[in-house]
Amino acid sequence: MLHLKGLGKTYKTGDTALSDVTLSVPKGQIMGLIGPSGAGKSTLIRCINRLVEPTAGAVLLGDIDLAKLGKRELRRQRRRIGMIFQEYALVERLTVMENVLSGRLGYVPFWRSFLRRYPPADIRNAYRLLDRVGLMDHADKRADALSGGQRQRVGIARALAQEPELLLVDEPTASLDPKTSRQIMRLLTEICAERDLPAIVNIHDVPLAQQFMQRIVGLRAGRVVFDGAPETLTEAALTEIYGAEDWHAMRAGDAEQAEAEAEAKARMEALA
Amino acid sequence: MADAYPTTWKRPPQIVTDRRWRLALQIGVVLYLVLAIGTLEVDWARVAAGLERGQRFVMGFLTPDFTSRWIDIRQGLIESLTMTLTSTVIGVIISVPIGVGAARNLAPRAIYYVCRGIIAVSRALQEIIIAIFLVAMFGFGPFAGFLTLSFATIGFIAKLLADDIEEIDEAQAEAIRATGASWWQLVNYAIQPQVMPRLIGLSLYRLDINFRESAVIGIVGAGGIGATLNTAIDRYEYDSAGAILLIIIGIVMVAEYGSSYLRKFLQ
Repeated sequence: MLHLKGLGKTYKTGDTALSDVTLSVPKGQIMGLIGPSGAGKSTLIRCINRLVEPTAGAVLLGDIDLAKLGKRELRRQRRRIGMIFQEYALVERLTVMENVLSGRLGYVPFWRSFLRRYPPADIRNAYRLLDRVGLMDHADKRADALSGGQRQRVGIARALAQEPELLLVDEPTASLDPKTSRQIMRLLTEICAERDLPAIVNIHDVPLAQQFMQRIVGLRAGRVVFDGAPETLTEAALTEIYGAEDWHAMRAGDAEQAEAEAEAKARMEALA
Repeated sequence: MADAYPTTWKRPPQIVTDRRWRLALQIGVVLYLVLAIGTLEVDWARVAAGLERGQRFVMGFLTPDFTSRWIDIRQGLIESLTMTLTSTVIGVIISVPIGVGAARNLAPRAIYYVCRGIIAVSRALQEIIIAIFLVAMFGFGPFAGFLTLSFATIGFIAKLLADDIEEIDEAQAEAIRATGASWWQLVNYAIQPQVMPRLIGLSLYRLDINFRESAVIGIVGAGGIGATLNTAIDRYEYDSAGAILLIIIGIVMVAEYGSSYLRKFLQ
């Protein structure tokens, strides 16, 4: 589905963020991208939809090389790629519905988006997505009236409104608490499974990545240093990606979190 | 064990680090101030006469006469208010595209420089200078005032709007861009919601400034209440002038409280 070939990015300052990244993501696969801060995770996913311009290599989505497109064609191709952001990146002063409908901007002419007169099918689909992420009653609220977890759900609905063929997810849980983080990750994986959507998820929480990802790619200083199933991510591999650290302590902390989550879940079920 | 850490601390000098230079500069500034004051020629007899006139002015102010020149005052007020409202509306309408063009993160380089140039010209020329110029071009009356205030509004609103657009949350714009939105859609969805409350607040603030300015530029012939005030002072009718000043103060206060209330309501 997505093939990166020799992708590289060198900033004007001379810093190399990515060098020679070659990856393929097949349909329906959820790939976690892990690595220390500054390893180029964020640059990598932004090079795919060219919010950052790559300086070398090719980005093939299907048969089309996104790295070679002109402005207009790039806008058309961006519709095929949904993106979900770290701090949600909703337009705070617009309503939840407008935020979801903004996923259709690439499909509708300016006057429709300006007058908020979207085609009926788009509106029906937006409601369906809001219902899917559990925010049916919040459609008319302003985005800044929602909690963090709710905002990220709106972000997911906005990305899905594009009817994308690929999801780029940039640190979806970095500003959420552990429990909400897991709920969001679960929602993401369910949605990808429902639609057979491939996704690239930047994530710096290793246990969370191992729990939810089907494949993990480790990035260090702009290079791929690990690529494999979550089970094969050994301590040696983690040290290769992040440098030396006490991985046992981190896992112990995660076990605690999992217990807390199981308890919370049981309580929620009792309520329901 | 007695520790050897110091017990006193002085803030290190931030600008001129050399002590002798600092002393020389301080003495120099004081010396210049003394010499400059020495060159001022004060004619105390003239000051006394001025105080007497001032007293008459204050007396007029304390016994304002609204009635004998009421027709002139009313006409001046209507002109001023018309000028204020029309020039603010037109000025804001013209400012918005210029402000968008002068935002570094939205406009191409060439357009950016052109728009910043327009803003710089509008801001460099003070209202009175433009008013004198436009009165010479279009004759006495509120039309020249309307043009003056519209022109001044452009510099004010466009600059502050452009600065505001440059300080938006880029993440929101990035998210809209990632959906495949066009430039117009980006402006409408990511920029406008972020700057609209401030644009409305600035417009109300400018409305209030334009009214005050309309009183000033009237003095150089651009119509409105300022012209009426000027006439009253020229005729030594300080009681009518006092009435006009009271009306101006009243309207400015109403505009001030009104716009600050509205701005608070909008937040």
